[in-house]
Amino acid sequence: MADLKRTVFFDLHNELGAKMVPFAGYEMPVQYKLGVMKEHLHTRASAGLFDVSHMGQVILRPRSGDLADVAAALEALVPVSVLGLKEGRQRYAMFTNDAGGILDDLMVANRGDHLFLVVNAACKEADIAHLRAHLSDACEIEVIEDRALVALQGPAAEKALSRLNPYAAGMRFMDSANLGFFGEECWVSRSGYTGEDGYEVSVPNGKAVDLARALLEMDEVEAIGLGARDSLRLEAGLCLYGHDIDETTSPVEAALEWAIQKVRRKGGAREGGFPGAARILDELENGTTRRRVGILPEGRAPMREGTGLFADAEGGAAIGTVTSGAYGPSIERPMAMGYVEIDHAVDGTQIFGEVRGKHLPAIVSPLPFRPSNYKR
Amino acid sequence: MKFTEEHEWLEVEDDLVVVGITEHASEQLGDIVFVEVPEAGTTVTKGDEVVVIESVKAASDILAPLDGEIVEANGALEENPGLVNEDPTGKGWFFKMKVEDLSALDDYMDEAEYKDFIG
Repeated sequence: MADLKRTVFFDLHNELGAKMVPFAGYEMPVQYKLGVMKEHLHTRASAGLFDVSHMGQVILRPRSGDLADVAAALEALVPVSVLGLKEGRQRYAMFTNDAGGILDDLMVANRGDHLFLVVNAACKEADIAHLRAHLSDACEIEVIEDRALVALQGPAAEKALSRLNPYAAGMRFMDSANLGFFGEECWVSRSGYTGEDGYEVSVPNGKAVDLARALLEMDEVEAIGLGARDSLRLEAGLCLYGHDIDETTSPVEAALEWAIQKVRRKGGAREGGFPGAARILDELENGTTRRRVGILPEGRAPMREGTGLFADAEGGAAIGTVTSGAYGPSIERPMAMGYVEIDHAVDGTQIFGEVRGKHLPAIVSPLPFRPSNYKR
Repeated sequence: MKFTEEHEWLEVEDDLVVVGITEHASEQLGDIVFVEVPEAGTTVTKGDEVVVIESVKAASDILAPLDGEIVEANGALEENPGLVNEDPTGKGWFFKMKVEDLSALDDYMDEAEYKDFIG
């Protein structure tokens, strides 16, 4: 794995018995000694610590000194309200392309004098080039290389992180704040990608291992790999870029219209003005021909990514495809997400997935599969 | 007990060959969440895909190690696939098969050879 990058936690992963795999150009832990199933269940029952340092961290600073100038500039790339994002708050967004597809999904935080973005590892080079191409006039674009990023997720995350800094407990879901750990300023948000309460902590590289070790020494906390991260986010109904959303899926097809605030929609004060606005605004009014849905196979066989979906047990023409599929350890059954033709997208619709030549029954189901546990 | 390069174990019990996967294989596969075993009475040829296993990571096929007939399958695995992780060489067995010629087992590895094989 010579060409792969390593995060600051590489030696710690090995010390903890991680199985390392290539992921988005990095050598990352897919699981530790507990294994995927127990790691998943531990996160839901207590707290899990994830190395997400492969993700891109980017700061946008206004050249004018006025944050509104950066927020307005970023609104030209995303269909969400950035100007409406208050200081100390974070929200979900996506970069769209001219065809109305999704280039990447991301988190944006208003940190007072700058915006802080967290983008997907596999897209970060392209995202940074995209930002430089479109936002260089309005802002300085600083790619953060000297900080690691960890996520602490689960019902015991608050208790665990508050031991190191009691101010963590006072944060609400999607708050963003500076908290000191080990004498270093860390950029903390109360968020994550597991459907659980928890935090993401951007920590200077020099103290990152100390912070991780301090958390892992606590009874509540175990190290969790990418395998469980995937089953946790799928139970929570959250999209994985490159699988459930990509350049060919629009935010409305992807059922992400909740992320598009009214102010950017038709009739809003800042209507449109983002790539692909014509298509996306039209779809918000008139709907789409396909839609991302939750799928619960009725039997025990998982329906993996790529599984063809059909209206009839006899097959015929496909009505869609699974984009993520796995076993859900907390719901104790297989689960999937995928796109189906709009006529079959209503919750409760009977569909069939083709698994090893057989058309197995499944039900179109609401997302998330398991209620989320955010501290609002 | 005999072993295949596909990490199956074979054991003769009352003139039938019992087949499962090794502990090494079950560890490599990770947590097993689905097992589909063949129906009793199925005639199989060596190399046929007879069992489907899905772990949290991926799907794998288990091949028939010999020509013969499946006379019994471990139905408990459909309800409780985790038995393959908990007890791969015991309660996690897959099927029992009747074969023409038990001497065909001699082609497979013994335990020492298998241990060398997996390094």
